[in-house]
Amino acid sequence: MIYEGKQKIWSDYQKEIPDDHYFYVRSCIRQSFFPASEAAFLHITRNILNKDIFETEHHTTCGGIAYHSDAIPQETAMTIIARQFALMKKYGYENYVCSCITSFGLYCETMETWREFPDLKEKIAENLWKSCKLEFAVPKFLVHASDMIYKYRNQIAAHAKFKLVDHKTGKPLKVVEHIGCHYSKMFPSKGVGGAEYPYVLAGMIEAWGGEVVDYPERRHCCGFGFRQYFVKSNRGYSLSNTYKKFESMEPYEPDLIITNCPGCPYFMDRWQYVIAESEGKTYGKNGHGIPVMTYEEVAGLVLGFDPWDLGLQTHQIGPEPLLDKMGIPYNPEEKYKGKNGKDLGQPRQLDCIR
Amino acid sequence: MEKLYDRLMKDYRLREGLNACINCGTCTAICPAAEFYRYDPRRIVDIVQSKDEAEIEKLLKSDVIWYCGECMSCVTRCPRKNAPGLVIMALRSLSIDTGFFMESEKGRQMYVLCKDLCGNVLNYGYCIYPREFHYKGHEEAGTVWEWQEKHLEDVYERLGANFDGEGPGALRKIPDSDLAELKRIFDITGGTERMEKVKEAAMKKAEELGLSEEEYFNKVYTECKGAHFNH
Ligand code: SF4
Ligand code: SF4
Repeated sequence: MIYEGKQKIWSDYQKEIPDDHYFYVRSCIRQSFFPASEAAFLHITRNILNKDIFETEHHTTCGGIAYHSDAIPQETAMTIIARQFALMKKYGYENYVCSCITSFGLYCETMETWREFPDLKEKIAENLWKSCKLEFAVPKFLVHASDMIYKYRNQIAAHAKFKLVDHKTGKPLKVVEHIGCHYSKMFPSKGVGGAEYPYVLAGMIEAWGGEVVDYPERRHCCGFGFRQYFVKSNRGYSLSNTYKKFESMEPYEPDLIITNCPGCPYFMDRWQYVIAESEGKTYGKNGHGIPVMTYEEVAGLVLGFDPWDLGLQTHQIGPEPLLDKMGIPYNPEEKYKGKNGKDLGQPRQLDCIR
Repeated sequence: MEKLYDRLMKDYRLREGLNACINCGTCTAICPAAEFYRYDPRRIVDIVQSKDEAEIEKLLKSDVIWYCGECMSCVTRCPRKNAPGLVIMALRSLSIDTGFFMESEKGRQMYVLCKDLCGNVLNYGYCIYPREFHYKGHEEAGTVWEWQEKHLEDVYERLGANFDGEGPGALRKIPDSDLAELKRIFDITGGTERMEKVKEAAMKKAEELGLSEEEYFNKVYTECKGAHFNH
Protein backbone atom coordinates (compact mmCIF):
# COMPACT_ATOMS: atom_id res chain seq x y z
CA MET A 1 0.00 0.00 0.00
CA ILE A 2 2.70 2.41 1.04
CA TYR A 3 4.70 1.56 -2.07
CA GLU A 4 1.69 2.32 -4.26
CA GLY A 5 1.29 5.66 -2.49
CA LYS A 6 4.91 6.50 -3.23
CA GLN A 7 4.50 5.50 -6.86
CA LYS A 8 1.66 7.97 -7.11
CA ILE A 9 3.81 10.80 -5.77
CA TRP A 10 6.50 9.86 -8.28
CA SER A 11 4.24 9.82 -11.28
CA ASP A 12 2.40 13.01 -10.31
CA TYR A 13 5.45 15.18 -10.61
CA GLN A 14 6.42 15.63 -14.24
CA LYS A 15 8.37 18.00 -16.46
CA GLU A 16 7.82 18.93 -20.07
CA ILE A 17 10.12 17.12 -22.51
CA PRO A 18 9.70 18.09 -26.18
CA ASP A 19 9.32 15.19 -28.54
CA ASP A 20 11.87 16.11 -31.21
CA HIS A 21 14.51 18.51 -32.61
CA TYR A 22 17.35 18.77 -30.15
CA PHE A 23 20.82 20.28 -30.03
CA TYR A 24 23.03 17.60 -28.41
CA VAL A 25 25.97 18.32 -26.14
CA ARG A 26 28.35 15.67 -24.85
CA SER A 27 29.89 14.97 -21.44
CA CYS A 28 33.66 15.00 -20.82
CA ILE A 29 33.60 12.09 -18.36
CA ARG A 30 31.21 10.02 -20.44
CA GLN A 31 33.22 10.50 -23.64
CA SER A 32 36.28 9.24 -21.77
CA PHE A 33 34.70 6.35 -19.87
CA PHE A 34 31.38 5.58 -21.61
CA PRO A 35 31.66 6.77 -25.23
CA ALA A 36 29.52 3.86 -26.42
CA SER A 37 26.68 5.07 -24.19
CA GLU A 38 26.55 8.37 -26.05
CA ALA A 39 26.73 6.44 -29.33
CA ALA A 40 23.82 4.27 -28.16
CA PHE A 41 21.79 7.36 -27.22
CA LEU A 42 22.25 8.80 -30.70
CA HIS A 43 21.55 5.47 -32.38
CA ILE A 44 18.35 4.91 -30.40
CA THR A 45 16.99 8.43 -30.82
CA ARG A 46 18.09 9.02 -34.41
CA ASN A 47 17.87 5.63 -36.05
CA ILE A 48 15.29 3.69 -34.06
CA LEU A 49 12.96 6.52 -33.03
CA ASN A 50 13.71 8.79 -36.02
CA LYS A 51 14.35 11.94 -34.02
CA ASP A 52 16.33 14.94 -35.16
CA ILE A 53 19.32 15.22 -32.79
CA PHE A 54 21.99 17.62 -34.02
CA GLU A 55 25.62 17.72 -32.90
CA THR A 56 28.39 20.12 -33.87
CA GLU A 57 32.11 19.55 -33.39
CA HIS A 58 32.39 23.15 -32.18
CA HIS A 59 30.84 22.55 -28.77
CA THR A 60 33.21 22.04 -25.86
CA THR A 61 33.17 21.21 -22.18
CA CYS A 62 30.69 23.36 -20.23
CA GLY A 63 33.48 23.86 -17.69
CA GLY A 64 31.32 22.30 -14.96
CA ILE A 65 33.90 19.94 -13.51
CA ALA A 66 36.48 22.73 -13.28
CA TYR A 67 33.85 25.06 -11.82
CA HIS A 68 32.78 22.61 -9.13
CA SER A 69 36.44 22.00 -8.33
CA ASP A 70 36.69 25.79 -7.84
CA ALA A 71 39.31 26.03 -10.57
CA ILE A 72 37.34 28.57 -12.65
CA PRO A 73 35.23 31.53 -11.52
CA GLN A 74 31.47 31.57 -11.98
CA GLU A 75 31.71 34.19 -14.71
CA THR A 76 34.04 31.99 -16.75
CA ALA A 77 31.71 29.00 -16.47
CA MET A 78 28.70 31.14 -17.37
CA THR A 79 30.37 32.53 -20.48
CA ILE A 80 31.40 29.06 -21.67
CA ILE A 81 27.78 28.00 -21.16
CA ALA A 82 26.53 31.06 -23.04
CA ARG A 83 28.77 29.96 -25.91
CA GLN A 84 27.21 26.50 -25.94
CA PHE A 85 23.70 28.01 -25.96
CA ALA A 86 24.70 30.43 -28.70
CA LEU A 87 25.83 27.52 -30.88
CA MET A 88 22.40 25.96 -30.39
CA LYS A 89 20.80 29.11 -31.74
CA LYS A 90 23.31 29.47 -34.54
CA TYR A 91 22.37 26.02 -35.83
CA GLY A 92 18.65 26.77 -35.59
CA TYR A 93 17.61 24.85 -32.48
CA GLU A 94 15.79 25.82 -29.29
CA ASN A 95 15.68 22.50 -27.44
CA TYR A 96 18.93 21.60 -25.72
CA VAL A 97 19.80 18.11 -24.52
CA CYS A 98 22.96 17.39 -22.57
CA SER A 99 24.63 14.10 -21.79
CA CYS A 100 26.13 15.26 -18.50
CA ILE A 101 24.38 15.74 -15.16
CA THR A 102 26.97 18.22 -13.90
CA SER A 103 26.28 20.27 -17.01
CA PHE A 104 22.54 19.90 -16.56
CA GLY A 105 22.65 21.15 -12.97
CA LEU A 106 24.93 24.01 -13.89
CA TYR A 107 22.75 25.03 -16.83
CA CYS A 108 19.74 25.09 -14.49
CA GLU A 109 21.64 27.16 -11.93
CA THR A 110 22.97 29.53 -14.58
CA MET A 111 19.60 30.11 -16.23
CA GLU A 112 18.01 30.70 -12.83
CA THR A 113 20.73 33.20 -11.84
CA TRP A 114 20.30 35.04 -15.15
CA ARG A 115 16.57 35.24 -14.52
CA GLU A 116 17.14 36.65 -11.06
CA PHE A 117 19.95 39.05 -12.00
CA PRO A 118 19.35 40.55 -15.47
CA ASP A 119 22.47 42.75 -15.13
CA LEU A 120 24.62 39.67 -14.87
CA LYS A 121 22.89 38.15 -17.87
CA GLU A 122 23.71 41.27 -19.87
CA LYS A 123 27.32 41.15 -18.77
CA ILE A 124 27.63 37.53 -19.88
CA ALA A 125 26.08 38.40 -23.24
CA GLU A 126 28.74 41.12 -23.62
CA ASN A 127 31.50 38.71 -22.63
CA LEU A 128 30.22 36.28 -25.22
CA TRP A 129 30.21 38.86 -27.97
CA LYS A 130 33.67 40.14 -27.05
CA SER A 131 35.25 36.70 -26.92
CA CYS A 132 33.37 34.77 -29.61
CA LYS A 133 31.25 37.21 -31.65
CA LEU A 134 28.24 35.02 -30.97
CA GLU A 135 24.71 36.05 -30.24
CA PHE A 136 23.35 35.32 -26.76
CA ALA A 137 20.45 32.88 -26.40
CA VAL A 138 18.87 30.62 -23.82
CA PRO A 139 17.21 27.30 -24.62
CA LYS A 140 13.45 27.17 -24.68
CA PHE A 141 13.64 23.65 -23.24
CA LEU A 142 16.58 22.19 -21.38
CA VAL A 143 16.59 18.45 -20.79
CA HIS A 144 19.02 15.76 -19.77
CA ALA A 145 19.52 12.83 -22.13
CA SER A 146 18.00 10.49 -19.51
CA ASP A 147 14.80 12.58 -19.64
CA MET A 148 14.47 11.64 -23.29
CA ILE A 149 15.09 7.94 -22.77
CA TYR A 150 12.52 8.18 -19.97
CA LYS A 151 10.07 9.81 -22.35
CA TYR A 152 10.62 7.09 -24.96
CA ARG A 153 10.77 4.23 -22.41
CA ASN A 154 7.52 2.62 -23.59
CA GLN A 155 8.55 2.85 -27.25
CA ILE A 156 11.82 1.18 -26.30
CA ALA A 157 9.85 -1.47 -24.40
CA ALA A 158 7.78 -2.05 -27.55
CA HIS A 159 11.01 -2.84 -29.46
CA ALA A 160 12.47 -4.91 -26.60
CA LYS A 161 14.31 -8.15 -27.35
CA PHE A 162 15.17 -8.74 -23.69
CA LYS A 163 13.61 -7.62 -20.43
CA LEU A 164 14.84 -6.87 -16.96
CA VAL A 165 13.48 -10.26 -15.98
CA ASP A 166 15.19 -13.49 -14.99
CA HIS A 167 14.52 -15.48 -18.14
CA LYS A 168 14.61 -18.77 -16.26
CA THR A 169 12.25 -17.96 -13.40
CA GLY A 170 10.23 -15.16 -15.02
CA LYS A 171 10.81 -12.98 -11.94
CA PRO A 172 11.60 -9.27 -12.33
CA LEU A 173 15.23 -8.37 -11.67
CA LYS A 174 15.91 -6.18 -8.64
CA VAL A 175 17.34 -2.91 -9.84
CA VAL A 176 18.90 -0.07 -7.83
CA GLU A 177 18.56 3.33 -9.47
CA HIS A 178 21.10 6.01 -8.66
CA ILE A 179 20.39 9.56 -9.79
CA GLY A 180 23.20 12.11 -10.10
CA CYS A 181 22.90 14.69 -7.31
CA HIS A 182 22.92 17.65 -9.70
CA TYR A 183 19.98 16.25 -11.65
CA SER A 184 17.37 17.64 -9.27
CA LYS A 185 18.71 18.30 -5.78
CA MET A 186 19.12 22.02 -6.49
CA PHE A 187 16.13 22.55 -8.73
CA PRO A 188 13.62 19.77 -8.03
CA SER A 189 11.14 21.08 -10.60
CA LYS A 190 13.69 20.59 -13.40
CA GLY A 191 13.86 16.81 -12.97
CA VAL A 192 11.28 14.13 -13.72
CA GLY A 193 9.76 13.37 -10.32
CA GLY A 194 11.65 16.09 -8.40
CA ALA A 195 14.38 15.50 -5.82
CA GLU A 196 12.70 13.27 -3.26
CA TYR A 197 10.96 10.88 -5.66
CA PRO A 198 12.83 11.17 -8.95
CA TYR A 199 11.13 8.88 -11.40
CA VAL A 200 13.40 9.26 -14.41
CA LEU A 201 15.23 5.94 -13.94
CA ALA A 202 12.53 4.15 -11.93
CA GLY A 203 10.20 4.73 -14.88
CA MET A 204 12.66 2.99 -17.24
CA ILE A 205 13.12 0.05 -14.86
CA GLU A 206 9.39 -0.49 -14.56
CA ALA A 207 8.75 -0.11 -18.28
CA TRP A 208 11.43 -2.69 -19.06
CA GLY A 209 10.15 -5.30 -16.61
CA GLY A 210 12.39 -4.78 -13.54
CA GLU A 211 11.57 -4.09 -9.93
CA VAL A 212 12.92 -0.95 -8.27
CA VAL A 213 14.85 -1.47 -5.03
CA ASP A 214 14.03 1.06 -2.32
CA TYR A 215 16.88 1.12 0.20
CA PRO A 216 17.82 3.55 2.98
CA GLU A 217 20.72 5.36 1.27
CA ARG A 218 19.02 5.53 -2.11
CA ARG A 219 19.46 9.29 -2.45
CA HIS A 220 22.95 9.48 -0.93
CA CYS A 221 25.70 10.92 -3.14
CA CYS A 222 28.08 8.45 -4.84
CA GLY A 223 30.87 10.52 -3.34
CA PHE A 224 32.47 12.07 -6.42
CA GLY A 225 32.87 15.41 -4.68
CA PHE A 226 34.99 16.83 -7.57
CA ARG A 227 38.16 17.89 -5.70
CA GLN A 228 37.44 15.03 -3.26
CA TYR A 229 38.27 12.62 -6.06
CA PHE A 230 40.72 14.50 -8.27
CA VAL A 231 43.23 15.09 -5.49
CA LYS A 232 44.68 11.79 -4.38
CA SER A 233 44.79 12.58 -0.68
CA ASN A 234 41.03 13.32 -0.63
CA ARG A 235 39.92 10.14 -2.35
CA GLY A 236 38.84 8.40 0.87
CA TYR A 237 35.82 10.73 0.83
CA SER A 238 34.68 9.35 -2.48
CA LEU A 239 35.30 5.72 -1.52
CA SER A 240 33.55 5.97 1.85
CA ASN A 241 30.38 7.39 0.33
CA THR A 242 30.13 4.59 -2.22
CA TYR A 243 30.85 2.10 0.56
CA LYS A 244 27.98 3.50 2.59
CA LYS A 245 25.59 3.03 -0.32
CA PHE A 246 26.68 -0.55 -0.99
CA GLU A 247 26.38 -1.53 2.66
CA SER A 248 22.88 -0.09 2.64
CA MET A 249 21.73 -1.84 -0.56
CA GLU A 250 23.41 -5.19 0.17
CA PRO A 251 20.49 -6.84 2.04
CA TYR A 252 18.21 -6.23 -0.96
CA GLU A 253 20.50 -8.29 -3.24
CA PRO A 254 20.27 -6.08 -6.34
CA ASP A 255 20.95 -7.64 -9.73
CA LEU A 256 21.89 -4.34 -11.35
CA ILE A 257 22.53 -0.66 -10.63
CA ILE A 258 21.43 1.89 -13.21
CA THR A 259 22.66 5.48 -13.16
CA ASN A 260 22.16 8.71 -15.11
CA CYS A 261 25.27 10.65 -14.11
CA PRO A 262 28.71 10.54 -15.75
CA GLY A 263 30.73 9.96 -12.57
CA CYS A 264 28.43 7.71 -10.55
CA PRO A 265 28.71 4.57 -12.72
CA TYR A 266 32.49 4.95 -12.79
CA PHE A 267 32.76 5.36 -9.01
CA MET A 268 30.24 2.68 -8.10
CA ASP A 269 32.00 0.29 -10.48
CA ARG A 270 35.59 1.05 -9.53
CA TRP A 271 35.13 1.47 -5.78
CA GLN A 272 33.61 -2.04 -5.65
CA TYR A 273 36.96 -3.23 -6.92
CA VAL A 274 38.85 -1.21 -4.30
CA ILE A 275 36.56 -2.48 -1.52
CA ALA A 276 37.08 -6.06 -2.73
CA GLU A 277 40.83 -5.64 -2.82
CA SER A 278 41.15 -3.88 0.53
CA GLU A 279 38.35 -5.52 2.54
CA GLY A 280 37.89 -8.79 0.65
CA LYS A 281 34.21 -7.99 0.29
CA THR A 282 32.05 -8.36 -2.83
CA TYR A 283 28.39 -7.40 -3.12
CA GLY A 284 27.25 -9.79 -5.84
CA LYS A 285 27.16 -13.59 -5.63
CA ASN A 286 30.16 -15.97 -6.00
CA GLY A 287 32.85 -13.32 -5.98
CA HIS A 288 31.10 -11.07 -8.48
CA GLY A 289 30.32 -7.41 -7.99
CA ILE A 290 27.00 -5.81 -8.82
CA PRO A 291 27.09 -4.57 -12.44
CA VAL A 292 26.68 -0.78 -12.67
CA MET A 293 25.40 0.61 -15.95
CA THR A 294 24.34 3.77 -17.66
CA TYR A 295 20.70 4.06 -18.74
CA GLU A 296 21.78 3.86 -22.39
CA GLU A 297 23.67 0.62 -21.75
CA VAL A 298 20.55 -0.85 -20.16
CA ALA A 299 18.33 0.47 -22.97
CA GLY A 300 20.80 -1.00 -25.47
CA LEU A 301 20.70 -4.43 -23.80
CA VAL A 302 16.90 -4.33 -23.75
CA LEU A 303 16.94 -3.51 -27.47
CA GLY A 304 19.31 -6.40 -28.19
CA PHE A 305 22.57 -4.50 -28.89
CA ASP A 306 25.78 -6.51 -28.53
CA PRO A 307 27.16 -6.01 -24.98
CA TRP A 308 30.65 -5.33 -26.35
CA ASP A 309 29.32 -2.71 -28.79
CA LEU A 310 27.91 -1.02 -25.68
CA GLY A 311 31.35 -0.99 -24.03
CA LEU A 312 30.51 -3.27 -21.10
CA GLN A 313 34.02 -4.71 -21.37
CA THR A 314 35.39 -1.38 -20.11
CA HIS A 315 33.66 -1.78 -16.73
CA GLN A 316 35.75 -3.32 -13.98
CA ILE A 317 32.75 -5.32 -12.73
CA GLY A 318 31.85 -7.94 -15.31
CA PRO A 319 28.31 -7.76 -16.74
CA GLU A 320 28.11 -11.53 -17.34
CA PRO A 321 25.86 -12.47 -14.38
CA LEU A 322 23.30 -9.92 -15.56
CA LEU A 323 23.54 -11.01 -19.21
CA ASP A 324 23.02 -14.61 -18.12
CA LYS A 325 19.97 -13.72 -16.06
CA MET A 326 18.42 -11.75 -18.90
CA GLY A 327 19.22 -14.54 -21.36
CA ILE A 328 21.38 -12.28 -23.53
CA PRO A 329 23.86 -14.21 -25.71
CA TYR A 330 27.47 -12.96 -25.87
CA ASN A 331 30.80 -14.19 -27.09
CA PRO A 332 33.47 -14.16 -24.35
CA GLU A 333 36.17 -14.49 -27.03
CA GLU A 334 35.15 -11.15 -28.51
CA LYS A 335 35.06 -9.24 -25.22
CA TYR A 336 38.35 -7.40 -25.43
CA LYS A 337 38.82 -7.39 -29.18
CA GLY A 338 39.33 -4.20 -31.16
CA LYS A 339 37.61 -3.30 -34.41
CA ASN A 340 37.41 -6.17 -36.91
CA GLY A 341 38.55 -8.61 -34.25
CA LYS A 342 41.96 -6.98 -33.67
CA ASP A 343 43.77 -8.62 -30.76
CA LEU A 344 44.32 -6.15 -27.92
CA GLY A 345 45.24 -8.68 -25.23
CA GLN A 346 43.16 -8.31 -22.12
CA PRO A 347 43.21 -6.65 -18.69
CA ARG A 348 45.08 -8.34 -15.87
CA GLN A 349 42.69 -10.78 -14.23
CA LEU A 350 41.79 -10.08 -10.62
CA ASP A 351 41.36 -12.62 -7.84
CA CYS A 352 39.42 -10.31 -5.54
CA ILE A 353 36.40 -9.59 -7.74
CA ARG A 354 34.89 -10.50 -11.08
CA MET B 1 39.79 47.91 2.86
CA GLU B 2 36.49 46.45 1.81
CA LYS B 3 35.00 44.14 4.41
CA LEU B 4 35.15 40.41 3.69
CA TYR B 5 31.42 40.11 4.26
CA ASP B 6 30.74 42.85 1.71
CA ARG B 7 33.00 41.14 -0.80
CA LEU B 8 31.14 37.87 -0.21
CA MET B 9 27.81 39.60 -0.80
CA LYS B 10 28.97 40.59 -4.27
CA ASP B 11 29.06 36.91 -5.17
CA TYR B 12 25.79 35.89 -6.83
CA ARG B 13 26.01 32.50 -5.19
CA LEU B 14 25.89 34.06 -1.77
CA ARG B 15 23.01 36.30 -2.73
CA GLU B 16 21.15 33.26 -3.98
CA GLY B 17 22.29 30.87 -1.31
CA LEU B 18 21.87 32.78 1.95
CA ASN B 19 18.54 33.78 3.40
CA ALA B 20 18.06 33.82 7.15
CA CYS B 21 19.54 30.60 8.55
CA ILE B 22 17.68 29.26 11.57
CA ASN B 23 20.56 27.03 12.65
CA CYS B 24 18.45 23.91 12.49
CA GLY B 25 21.32 21.71 11.31
CA THR B 26 19.33 19.89 8.63
CA CYS B 27 22.10 20.59 6.13
CA THR B 28 24.67 18.99 8.41
CA ALA B 29 22.46 15.96 8.96
CA ILE B 30 22.16 15.26 5.22
CA CYS B 31 25.74 16.25 4.29
CA PRO B 32 28.07 13.47 3.08
CA ALA B 33 31.09 15.62 3.90
CA ALA B 34 29.95 16.16 7.49
CA GLU B 35 30.01 12.41 8.03
CA PHE B 36 33.54 12.01 6.73
CA TYR B 37 35.31 15.22 7.70
CA ARG B 38 35.18 17.42 10.79
CA TYR B 39 32.77 19.60 8.96
CA ASP B 40 29.52 21.35 9.82
CA PRO B 41 27.86 23.40 7.06
CA ARG B 42 25.36 24.80 9.59
CA ARG B 43 28.22 26.45 11.46
CA ILE B 44 29.67 27.90 8.26
CA VAL B 45 26.39 29.45 7.19
CA ASP B 46 25.95 30.81 10.70
CA ILE B 47 29.40 32.42 10.72
CA VAL B 48 28.76 34.10 7.39
CA GLN B 49 25.39 35.47 8.44
CA SER B 50 26.90 36.71 11.74
CA LYS B 51 29.08 39.07 9.60
CA ASP B 52 31.89 38.52 12.12
CA GLU B 53 34.94 39.59 10.09
CA ALA B 54 37.50 37.81 12.27
CA GLU B 55 35.56 34.55 12.12
CA ILE B 56 35.07 34.85 8.35
CA GLU B 57 38.80 35.42 7.91
CA LYS B 58 39.52 32.33 10.00
CA LEU B 59 37.21 30.34 7.75
CA LEU B 60 38.94 31.58 4.60
CA LYS B 61 42.27 30.44 5.99
CA SER B 62 41.06 27.07 7.23
CA ASP B 63 40.79 23.57 5.77
CA VAL B 64 37.11 23.53 6.67
CA ILE B 65 35.76 25.33 3.61
CA TRP B 66 37.45 22.80 1.32
CA TYR B 67 35.71 19.73 2.75
CA CYS B 68 32.43 20.15 0.86
CA GLY B 69 31.86 17.89 -2.16
CA GLU B 70 29.48 20.37 -3.87
CA CYS B 71 26.83 17.65 -4.15
CA MET B 72 24.08 20.16 -3.23
CA SER B 73 22.19 17.59 -1.15
CA CYS B 74 21.81 20.31 1.48
CA VAL B 75 19.93 22.58 -0.93
CA THR B 76 16.97 20.23 -1.27
CA ARG B 77 16.43 19.96 2.44
CA CYS B 78 17.07 23.40 3.93
CA PRO B 79 13.74 24.66 5.31
CA ARG B 80 14.80 28.27 4.65
CA LYS B 81 15.86 27.70 1.05
CA ASN B 82 19.48 28.37 1.81
CA ALA B 83 22.16 26.73 -0.27
CA PRO B 84 25.11 25.99 2.02
CA GLY B 85 26.92 24.43 -0.96
CA LEU B 86 26.72 27.76 -2.83
CA VAL B 87 27.83 29.69 0.28
CA ILE B 88 30.90 27.43 0.38
CA MET B 89 31.64 28.12 -3.29
CA ALA B 90 31.57 31.85 -2.63
CA LEU B 91 33.87 31.44 0.38
CA ARG B 92 36.31 29.39 -1.69
CA SER B 93 36.40 32.03 -4.43
CA LEU B 94 37.12 34.73 -1.89
CA SER B 95 39.77 32.57 -0.24
CA ILE B 96 41.52 32.33 -3.61
CA ASP B 97 41.09 36.04 -4.39
CA THR B 98 42.54 37.07 -1.01
CA GLY B 99 45.37 34.53 -1.17
CA PHE B 100 44.18 32.97 2.12
CA PHE B 101 43.82 29.60 0.38
CA MET B 102 47.57 29.13 0.73
CA GLU B 103 47.24 28.93 4.51
CA SER B 104 45.53 25.54 4.59
CA GLU B 105 46.58 22.13 3.32
CA LYS B 106 43.30 21.60 1.47
CA GLY B 107 43.32 25.13 0.10
CA ARG B 108 46.78 24.61 -1.40
CA GLN B 109 45.29 21.77 -3.47
CA MET B 110 43.97 24.51 -5.77
CA TYR B 111 47.31 24.34 -7.54
CA VAL B 112 46.75 20.73 -8.65
CA LEU B 113 43.14 21.39 -9.64
CA CYS B 114 43.85 24.53 -11.66
CA LYS B 115 46.82 22.98 -13.38
CA ASP B 116 45.03 19.76 -14.37
CA LEU B 117 41.50 20.90 -15.06
CA CYS B 118 42.13 24.32 -16.60
CA GLY B 119 44.98 22.72 -18.56
CA ASN B 120 42.55 20.18 -20.02
CA VAL B 121 39.94 22.82 -20.83
CA LEU B 122 42.39 25.13 -22.60
CA ASN B 123 44.50 22.48 -24.31
CA TYR B 124 41.78 20.09 -25.43
CA GLY B 125 38.36 21.66 -24.78
CA TYR B 126 37.47 18.94 -22.26
CA CYS B 127 37.56 19.03 -18.44
CA ILE B 128 38.62 15.39 -18.39
CA TYR B 129 40.71 14.05 -21.22
CA PRO B 130 41.84 10.41 -21.42
CA ARG B 131 45.42 11.12 -22.51
CA GLU B 132 45.80 13.06 -19.27
CA PHE B 133 44.14 10.47 -17.04
CA HIS B 134 46.86 8.00 -16.10
CA TYR B 135 46.55 4.64 -14.42
CA LYS B 136 49.75 5.51 -12.54
CA GLY B 137 47.95 8.29 -10.64
CA HIS B 138 44.62 6.44 -10.64
CA GLU B 139 45.14 2.81 -9.72
CA GLU B 140 41.55 2.70 -8.48
CA ALA B 141 40.53 3.03 -12.15
CA GLY B 142 41.26 -0.67 -12.21
CA THR B 143 43.04 -3.18 -14.40
CA VAL B 144 40.50 -2.45 -17.10
CA TRP B 145 41.74 1.16 -17.35
CA GLU B 146 45.33 -0.06 -17.17
CA TRP B 147 44.53 -2.13 -20.26
CA GLN B 148 42.51 0.60 -21.96
CA GLU B 149 45.27 3.17 -21.48
CA LYS B 150 47.64 0.91 -23.40
CA HIS B 151 45.17 0.61 -26.28
CA LEU B 152 43.42 3.98 -26.18
CA GLU B 153 43.01 4.46 -29.94
CA ASP B 154 41.90 0.89 -30.56
CA VAL B 155 39.41 0.78 -27.70
CA TYR B 156 37.85 4.11 -28.64
CA GLU B 157 37.66 3.04 -32.26
CA ARG B 158 35.93 -0.18 -31.21
CA LEU B 159 33.42 1.84 -29.18
CA GLY B 160 32.50 4.20 -31.98
CA ALA B 161 34.30 7.30 -30.71
CA ASN B 162 35.99 9.77 -33.04
CA PHE B 163 39.19 10.06 -30.99
CA ASP B 164 41.24 13.06 -32.17
CA GLY B 165 39.23 13.03 -35.39
CA GLU B 166 37.67 15.78 -37.48
CA GLY B 167 33.95 16.57 -37.29
CA PRO B 168 31.55 15.68 -34.49
CA GLY B 169 31.67 12.63 -32.24
CA ALA B 170 32.99 11.52 -28.87
CA LEU B 171 36.53 12.72 -28.07
CA ARG B 172 36.84 14.50 -31.42
CA LYS B 173 39.65 16.99 -31.78
CA ILE B 174 38.06 20.29 -30.88
CA PRO B 175 39.08 22.78 -33.59
CA ASP B 176 41.82 25.30 -32.68
CA SER B 177 39.49 28.21 -33.45
CA ASP B 178 37.14 26.97 -30.71
CA LEU B 179 40.01 26.52 -28.26
CA ALA B 180 41.05 30.09 -29.03
CA GLU B 181 37.55 31.22 -28.07
CA LEU B 182 37.80 29.37 -24.75
CA LYS B 183 41.11 31.10 -24.10
CA ARG B 184 39.57 34.50 -24.80
CA ILE B 185 36.71 33.64 -22.45
CA PHE B 186 39.25 32.77 -19.74
CA ASP B 187 41.10 36.03 -20.37
CA ILE B 188 38.12 38.34 -20.02
CA THR B 189 36.21 36.58 -17.24
CA GLY B 190 38.91 36.06 -14.62
CA GLY B 191 39.72 32.43 -15.48
CA THR B 192 43.25 33.20 -16.60
CA GLU B 193 43.77 35.54 -13.66
CA ARG B 194 42.76 32.80 -11.21
CA MET B 195 45.10 30.29 -12.83
CA GLU B 196 48.00 32.74 -12.71
CA LYS B 197 47.30 33.77 -9.15
CA VAL B 198 47.17 30.18 -7.91
CA LYS B 199 50.30 29.25 -9.82
CA GLU B 200 52.26 32.25 -8.63
CA ALA B 201 51.40 31.57 -4.98
CA ALA B 202 52.24 27.89 -5.39
CA MET B 203 55.60 28.56 -7.01
CA LYS B 204 56.50 31.01 -4.26
CA LYS B 205 55.70 28.33 -1.69
CA ALA B 206 57.66 25.71 -3.63
CA GLU B 207 60.65 28.00 -3.65
CA GLU B 208 60.38 28.55 0.10
CA LEU B 209 60.34 24.79 0.59
CA GLY B 210 63.19 24.27 -1.88
CA LEU B 211 61.04 22.04 -4.11
CA SER B 212 60.86 21.80 -7.87
CA GLU B 213 57.49 22.37 -9.52
CA GLU B 214 56.95 18.64 -9.90
CA GLU B 215 57.94 17.88 -6.33
CA TYR B 216 55.60 20.56 -5.06
CA PHE B 217 52.76 19.19 -7.21
CA ASN B 218 53.27 15.70 -5.79
CA LYS B 219 53.42 17.01 -2.26
CA VAL B 220 50.13 18.88 -2.62
CA TYR B 221 48.54 15.95 -4.46
CA THR B 222 49.30 13.41 -1.75
CA GLU B 223 49.79 15.27 1.53
CA CYS B 224 47.28 14.54 4.28
CA LYS B 225 48.61 15.75 7.58
CA GLY B 226 45.81 17.80 9.08
CA ALA B 227 43.26 16.51 11.61
CA HIS B 228 40.61 16.32 8.91
CA PHE B 229 38.64 13.24 9.73
CA ASN B 230 35.73 12.39 11.97
CA HIS B 231 36.96 8.93 12.86
S1 SF4 C 1 19.42 23.59 6.84
FE1 SF4 C 1 19.29 25.76 6.22
S2 SF4 C 1 18.38 26.84 7.99
FE2 SF4 C 1 19.06 24.82 8.72
S3 SF4 C 1 21.17 25.19 9.49
FE3 SF4 C 1 21.39 24.56 7.36
S4 SF4 C 1 21.41 26.47 6.19
FE4 SF4 C 1 20.61 26.98 8.21
S1 SF4 D 1 26.98 20.65 -1.06
FE1 SF4 D 1 28.62 20.50 0.46
S2 SF4 D 1 27.66 21.22 2.35
FE2 SF4 D 1 25.97 20.69 0.95
S3 SF4 D 1 25.47 18.53 1.43
FE3 SF4 D 1 26.96 18.49 -0.27
S4 SF4 D 1 28.97 18.27 0.72
FE4 SF4 D 1 27.51 18.97 2.32
